Amino acid sequence: MSQATTHAANSPHLEPGEGEAGTVREHHDHHELGFLRKWIFSVDHKVIGMQFLFSGLVFLALGGLMAMAIRYQLAWPWRPMPGLAWMFPATGGAISPEFYTMLFTMHGTIMIFFVMIPLLTGAFGNFLIPLMIGAPDMAFPRLNMFGYWAMVPAFFFILLGFFVEGGHAAGGWTSYPPLSTIEAAAPGSLTGQTCWLLGLTWVGVSSMMGAVNYVTTIVKMRAPGLTMMRLPLTIWSLMITSLLQLFALPVLTAASILQLLDRTLNTGFFTPTNLQVNNITPDSFLYGADSVGAAAGGQPLLWQHLFWFYSHPAVYILVLPAMGFTSDILAVHARKSVFGYKPMVYSLCAIAGLGFIVWGHHMFTSGMNPALGMTFMVSTVMIALPSAIKVFNWLGTLWGGRIHLRTPMLFACAFVSMFIIGGLSGIWMAATPVDIYIHDTYIVVAHFHYVVFAGSLFAIFAAVYHWFPKMFGRVMNETVGKIHFVGSFIFTNMTFYMMHQVGVAGLMRRTADPYAYDVYQHLQPINEFITISAFCMFAWQIFFVVNFFHSMFWGKRVGRNPWNAASLEWDAPSPPGHGNFDRPLEVYRGAYEFNSPEVAEDFIPQTRKL
Amino acid sequence: MRYFFTLMLLLVPILGVWTFVEADRWQLWFPQNVSSFGAEIDGLFDLIMYMVGFTFIVTEVALAWFVFKYSANRPGKGAFTHGSHKLEMIWTAIPAVALLFIAFAQMETWAKVKFESNFPKEGKYTKERPIAELWASQFDWRVRYPGDDGVIGTVDDLERSYEFVVPVNTDVVFHLRSRDVIHSFFVPEFRLKQDVLPGHTIPVWFRAEKEGIYDLVCAELCGWGHYKMSGRMTVVSQADFDKRMADIKAEWFSNGKEQGQ
Ligand code: HEM
Ligand SMILES: [Cu+2]
Ligand SMILES: [Cu+2]
Repeated sequence: MSQATTHAANSPHLEPGEGEAGTVREHHDHHELGFLRKWIFSVDHKVIGMQFLFSGLVFLALGGLMAMAIRYQLAWPWRPMPGLAWMFPATGGAISPEFYTMLFTMHGTIMIFFVMIPLLTGAFGNFLIPLMIGAPDMAFPRLNMFGYWAMVPAFFFILLGFFVEGGHAAGGWTSYPPLSTIEAAAPGSLTGQTCWLLGLTWVGVSSMMGAVNYVTTIVKMRAPGLTMMRLPLTIWSLMITSLLQLFALPVLTAASILQLLDRTLNTGFFTPTNLQVNNITPDSFLYGADSVGAAAGGQPLLWQHLFWFYSHPAVYILVLPAMGFTSDILAVHARKSVFGYKPMVYSLCAIAGLGFIVWGHHMFTSGMNPALGMTFMVSTVMIALPSAIKVFNWLGTLWGGRIHLRTPMLFACAFVSMFIIGGLSGIWMAATPVDIYIHDTYIVVAHFHYVVFAGSLFAIFAAVYHWFPKMFGRVMNETVGKIHFVGSFIFTNMTFYMMHQVGVAGLMRRTADPYAYDVYQHLQPINEFITISAFCMFAWQIFFVVNFFHSMFWGKRVGRNPWNAASLEWDAPSPPGHGNFDRPLEVYRGAYEFNSPEVAEDFIPQTRKL
Repeated sequence: MRYFFTLMLLLVPILGVWTFVEADRWQLWFPQNVSSFGAEIDGLFDLIMYMVGFTFIVTEVALAWFVFKYSANRPGKGAFTHGSHKLEMIWTAIPAVALLFIAFAQMETWAKVKFESNFPKEGKYTKERPIAELWASQFDWRVRYPGDDGVIGTVDDLERSYEFVVPVNTDVVFHLRSRDVIHSFFVPEFRLKQDVLPGHTIPVWFRAEKEGIYDLVCAELCGWGHYKMSGRMTVVSQADFDKRMADIKAEWFSNGKEQGQ
């Protein structure tokens, strides 16, 4: 308390740019670091955040390109891709069925494990947590550095897989055994699948180190006066996300190692007895006394349980931070306190809690006991409740505000709009009898792209536009930003909306040539429409790329707090130096004090004493 | 600008609802239903559609409306509020009830289709005496009928690939088995899907109410040839069914059994 009062005494509210130079709260060396120490072997959370940001964006482009190839095939099956004959000499530029299975497998894997998770928790988690809680850095800066380094072997293995015999993993991002464990079952199961498993395990190691760090930092390093219930929702969401990682990831890691053992040492955790693949009896059965099935006797469903026990929470890892960003961005640009802060926190916790008991909804038709399916249905349907509460509170936040339709705000509003669609379509699939029909159809594809792409990725765009000034001391260009938004919004909806109806028509996901079936033949024109929309959407991102790099170097310079936001990160210089803050912080209130009658301005920074 | 962005946000519910209304006309809707429980499943789909559709319209319109109405060029400061306990209670309780209603509305149909305790017990085909075993393997379907003795796994079993013939208006129970990886039995017109698990025998039942030929689709990724793992579901009258079985038998024994197993 005495420390708090001294801080309070010497921290009058300073206008942006007025702070004294030099680090006050912690000792940090301020000598100039060489390029390597500064950018490669950095322990500074902001630099590590940038590393995650840049590698995430590179993988986003790669995953996006793969999506374009997938769409090309669905619109014009087996037609050579113009200009790509050199890449696929065997087929003259056309996509082969083997290549198609690899494409969607790696598209999903890259987007989830190498784009969304690293961007949400790696990039923004790293960059924002210390800044928003008023800390000079993470609790364990060196561990943080290792967190990014663990991504290096992950990058290595996941890229290596493309060049091994048989190509990369081709069992879907869900990698269900025995398809993924038996070499004869798919070309990608030769060596690619091993690369896939190693890559994922390293991503897990990275996430684990990050999560430990985030939770510790948030619990232990908040500025004086910053109670948990004064934290910005971004921080709450990152904290809950980290807890999800901590509890769920060990299960995926264990499962991956079991699958790795099945593949390399012929153990039979997931491989049942007496299989005949391609008229070959897989070699795992050739060991043991009677030479058949000695090492097998495994359970394919075991993998599904373990995988979804992680991967359902993982889909929330993909969206909770986005919800946090959206809450903050809506409040700041609508000049309005977050409506129902506490319900927002509780609903985050509820989603995380329920998120651990709904994994079976991916397995309704898997052969799992249908009575179990019934209970998973109830928990799944109920998880829509906290999601609904969040939507209502976002609307409540906008209500009565003074909305500035700047680019980050537009993307945040789009997140709300798109998340509504994705959340609502989840209810169809949670309904077990309905899911009998729609499971593995394009409705599922529409659903998760509405939550992950149109939802979370839009929130990431919002976050980039919103926190760009803090990252680089410059704002991104508004006009180009708006152009980027309009095209992205329109083309995204054109791409994904009609997938609902195509799914109702029964079209299945993961089919290289749906028109091989009579029931799907009439769906070719609409798939062509979707493909062309997807191409436009992809091409439109050029506005983002140009704006991003141009603004980084030539954007308009801004001060500490260009948006007049109330949370702590805007108290630091833009961009913040090593150690972040140049004056002592003392927090007096929550992060969303807008329109208080006590002051003339429409906001009160968290550090301002009245 | 404000008008433009409001319009964009409004287009979401407008075009969203419009495409759902028109989908049937564009043949982007359910294929016909021919199974006894399919209508119930479609009905539940519609029930949820109307409920979430209502929520969709209300929330999307509210979003667009707020963006329009509470624009920054309104005079003065915005509202000073941190929330409302009463509103929170309302918008927690009402969706909670609606969601529980949705969940409970599903249970009967789900139990009817998937619970083994509810499988047909009276008719000719039961869980213990299925009409056939349907074997999946990369990348085709094979049907094994029990032959005259009605028991599968004996010498008089009949095998046939690609086509699964069943009688109309009869409760049919069959067993799903896989030789290699996971596949999934899916007949869109039956509204029926069940994964085929290697190492397991999974009983499935349905009752087809209309004669015809339907696509049998593999719905679970099973390798590079997954997209072409098609089969045919042929539903015929009882008389035709008996005739077809006789044909299959004649063909099977005249060919020798070398194509089997
Ligand atoms: C509103 C609450 C939600 C409900 C009730 C819900 C329900 C479901 C259900 C039942 C499935 C399985 C469908 C099937 O395979 O037949 C599913 C799939 C999926 N969901 Fe959700 N969901 C919700 C929110 C989310 C969110 C927020 C995300 C991600 C940010 C998400 C991402 C996914 C993904 C990626 C899949 C597909 C997994 C795959 O098979 O590859 N969902 N959802
Ligand atoms: Cu899930
Ligand atoms: Cu298949």
